[in-house]
Amino acid sequence: MYESLLRLPVDFFSDFDRIQRELNQAFGGAGAPTSIRALGRGAFPRVNIGTSAKSVEVYALLPGVDPAKLDVSVDRGLLTIAGERPSDLPAASDKVSVYADERFAGKFKRTVSLPDDVDPAAIEANYRDGVLRVSIPRREAAQPKRIEVK
Amino acid sequence: MSEKQDVAKSDVAQQTQAVLPPVDIVEDEAGIRLTADLPGVPKDQLSVRTEGQSLLIEGQVAIDTPEGMEPVYVETRSPVYRRTFNLSRDLDPTKIDAAFRDGVLTLRIPKAEHAQPRKIAVSVV
Repeated sequence: MYESLLRLPVDFFSDFDRIQRELNQAFGGAGAPTSIRALGRGAFPRVNIGTSAKSVEVYALLPGVDPAKLDVSVDRGLLTIAGERPSDLPAASDKVSVYADERFAGKFKRTVSLPDDVDPAAIEANYRDGVLRVSIPRREAAQPKRIEVK
Repeated sequence: MSEKQDVAKSDVAQQTQAVLPPVDIVEDEAGIRLTADLPGVPKDQLSVRTEGQSLLIEGQVAIDTPEGMEPVYVETRSPVYRRTFNLSRDLDPTKIDAAFRDGVLTLRIPKAEHAQPRKIAVSVV
C-alpha cells in the first residue's frame, strides 16, 4: 500500500493547489499592496482587517490560546496583539513518534497601525471560537452625519 | 483503483477554495492523536467523517461582521477548511474520540484491538 499511514496531505493535486494558494496569499490577490508590518506566510496569528463607517475591526486567528493571557494594547496608533501558545507535543521517544508538527508554538506578536480617526479609549476585544476580534470605534466627529437642511 | 481516482478528482474540484488546516500528528502505543487549527469555526459548522479508511475534516468559518464592513487587509480569504487523511488498517475508525475547543480540534484515533502492542511470550521447548 503506497498511501497508508496518515502520511502528509491528500494527494499530488491538492498539494499543487495548496502551493498556488499560498503564493496567492503571499503576494496578495491581484497585486494589491501589502502592509509595511505584514509578515510572510505562515505568520501567526493571521490577521484580517475590515473597516466600516463606525469602526475598525481587527480579526486575529488565534486558535487554542487562553484569552486571559493575551496582551492587547494600543500605543500611538499602533495596535499590538502579543501572547504565547505553548507546544503540546510530547517529547519524541522510542514509544512516541511525531509525524506532523505544522501548528505554531511559541511567542507571537503582531502590530497593526490604526487610522487617525479612531478612539483608542473605547476599544473592545472579545475571543470566540479561536478568533480574537478587536473593535475600535471611530471618533464621533469622524462618523458620517446627515445634515438637516432647514 | 480506478474508482478511487475518480473520488480523488472530485475532491480536487471541491478543494479549490478550501484552506488546509495546519495539524500536529503524534503516535503512541495506544493510537494516534491529531490536532488541527480551525479558528473561526463554530462547533455546529464542524464536520469530522470517516468513509472506509479515509478521515475527512471540514469546517465552515462563521464570524460576525458589522454591517457595511469592507475588508481592507486580508491574510485569510477562504471561509472553508478541509483536509483528508488516509487511515491505515491498524487504526479503528469506529472509535475516534473528538474534542473541539477555541478553534482547536483534537482527535484521538485508537489502534484496533488486534493491533495493540502485545508481548509475545517465547516458550522454550
